Amino acid sequence: MLGLNSRDFKLFAIVCIMALVAPILLNPFPTDSALGQSFNAGYPALMQRFVIFGILAIGFNILFGLTGYLSFGHAAFLGMGSYAAVWMFKLLSYNVLPAIVLSVIVAGIFAVVIGYVSLRRSGIYFSILTLAFAQMSYQLAYSVFTPITNGETGLQVYNADPQILMSPGDPTSPHLFGITMNGQTQVDMGGWSFVFQNGYYLAALFLIASFYLSIRIFRSPMGLMLRAIKSNQTRMSYVGLNTKPYMLAAFVISGMYAGLAGGLLAAMDPLTGAERMFWTASGEIVVMAILGGVGTLIGPVLGAGLIKYLENIVSKINDGILHSWFSFLPDWLDNLLVTVIHPFIGKGWHLTLGLLFMAVVIFLPGGLVQGGQKIMGLFGRNKKSDAKDGAKTPAE
Amino acid sequence: MDAIILQILNGLDKGSAYALIALGLTLIFGTLGVVNFAHGALFMVGAFVAVTVQKLFSLSYIEIDETRTDFLGNPLKVEMPYIDHWFGSATGAWMQDWSVPLSILVVVPFMFLVGFVLERGLIKHFYKRPHADQILVTFGLAIVIGEIIKALYGANPIQTPPPSAFLGTVDVGVMLGFEPNAIAYPTWRMVYFAFSAVIIACVFAFLQFTTFGMVVRAGMADRETVGMLGIDIDKRFTFMFGLAAAVAGMAGVMYAPILSPHYNIGMDFLVLSFVVVVVGGMGSLPGAVLAGFMLGILQSFASMNEVKALIPGIDQIIIYLVAIIILLTRPRGLMGRKGVMEE
Repeated sequence: MLGLNSRDFKLFAIVCIMALVAPILLNPFPTDSALGQSFNAGYPALMQRFVIFGILAIGFNILFGLTGYLSFGHAAFLGMGSYAAVWMFKLLSYNVLPAIVLSVIVAGIFAVVIGYVSLRRSGIYFSILTLAFAQMSYQLAYSVFTPITNGETGLQVYNADPQILMSPGDPTSPHLFGITMNGQTQVDMGGWSFVFQNGYYLAALFLIASFYLSIRIFRSPMGLMLRAIKSNQTRMSYVGLNTKPYMLAAFVISGMYAGLAGGLLAAMDPLTGAERMFWTASGEIVVMAILGGVGTLIGPVLGAGLIKYLENIVSKINDGILHSWFSFLPDWLDNLLVTVIHPFIGKGWHLTLGLLFMAVVIFLPGGLVQGGQKIMGLFGRNKKSDAKDGAKTPAE
Repeated sequence: MDAIILQILNGLDKGSAYALIALGLTLIFGTLGVVNFAHGALFMVGAFVAVTVQKLFSLSYIEIDETRTDFLGNPLKVEMPYIDHWFGSATGAWMQDWSVPLSILVVVPFMFLVGFVLERGLIKHFYKRPHADQILVTFGLAIVIGEIIKALYGANPIQTPPPSAFLGTVDVGVMLGFEPNAIAYPTWRMVYFAFSAVIIACVFAFLQFTTFGMVVRAGMADRETVGMLGIDIDKRFTFMFGLAAAVAGMAGVMYAPILSPHYNIGMDFLVLSFVVVVVGGMGSLPGAVLAGFMLGILQSFASMNEVKALIPGIDQIIIYLVAIIILLTRPRGLMGRKGVMEE
């Protein structure tokens, strides 16, 4: 269905349903309970980040997963997309449609230029080149391009901005033809309250579309070509094939995904700054993709979701919460445990992230998806479907 | 003319730091074939060793001085640093003053140990894995080391003054026959440059003139053949990893007075040092040193006001710009060998 084989369609359908009912699924505990305060993720600001970074990771995966070219500068496209979107808010109106379209186009144009130059080299040289370009963009955004980027203050919409398409009755926050992004419906059921936000659903629709497109790319002749390049580029050249256009196409598509994510970030919250382009942001994208499982369809989305979720709850937990969890233990053990865990929570989130990341790279190079498959394999359930698909790379 | 000399001098200290880190990176890459993204973190650990030693030397206890009294007539309580108590006040004060250079005595064995543990414990398992995996795991390691430092020392830069003898400036201009004060250069930076030059010379001499170094060079050229000759090359390569870590650590210790250490300097230097390695040519030791100094000096030229007026923002991006140009015109870098990292 929809041009997908039945297995892919099932996956796609699951992603669709998950994305659409996420506000309910991610609120498993009653809102006011202690568990709900710590572990519920079903509020709009966080869910938006799930889907937006999911889009980003899907895009990164098209480049790294299919071709094996590790870009360490992907955040540059995210930042450029955000800047483009905020400029559309400033110049035209708060309508998100032109903003998102322009952010994709701008990221695409930059991706063509950067990709054309960077793809002349491979391996670590490619990583360093993309890193160099991203750092250049970051530094320039802070210094020379201050008139465009507003430097350290960050770019935002001011009352004095032209906004030529703005008519008097229009909302004064990002909206899609009158539907404001931060508008929301709250449904209370028993102890639970579910929040359905317009902005989240717009982003979720984009995630579904991006995911569909990525399945189609993975299964297309071009996807096969990109995988061939990954396994042996030299041989592809000997066969008489010019690999450059394919690589560039993958790079540009991947950059446009990042631009889309940047545009959506700006649509949810119309301000942006250069720190979105910093190389730690690029590193985070890599971490997401690896954690979920590079080269798999669903992996990057899972990775992005997991990282954003953990970031949220781990940074929220403090010593007081830990003490309440361990209150059933004897005091000395309680204190000991809290002292041991203390460096990893709250502000120590990056330490946890780093350790988690190292553990995944060392023990589970295929990421969560591979881990899931290993567990499934233990129960001997997925043998049949694997056999049907023929010999594939392990995590697919 | 004096302005040009001043900029060259200004570039030397940063250039020496780049060169030392890039040298270590290249050593590790050339011997073990591993791309070590955690090397900047080792540099940072070195800088924090200097911080720690300085703190330890100023640890003190309260002592009652019977010979003096405070304004109430009671015996005066004075803070007595432990080292003053142990070595006498003159030596103690001297040690506190010279804590940064003295840290080198600590940092060399410490970093050798760190390097050894890292190589045997982690890196060893990544020889057969793709370069992307090596980059990723060392990248994760760099995050972890940075965060541990942040948890231990806080996020703010920590001032680490050099010995007071080196606090002032040297008037280089007079020596070269210019007006007095035309080229004044901080003494410690001069020391840093001289120190790096010595270290670099030592590393090269070690590789060139000792049997151990000769075996290592042979191993870099053809690991299997050396192994077949019955030499345990792995052990030597592990030692080289320790050496590279020690070089990064020493670079960090001596850099602490120039740039107050904070938990992010490792990353800042790593990104630039990688650019340096790539510009110099992956796997080429002289290339790394040359490119380190070249980029340091170029950067300081680009931050001259005259240049900045001509091309705004050039000081921020010059290194990356040079890297891009070099990689596109000389794909193997300035002195790169054929067939390194080109799969």
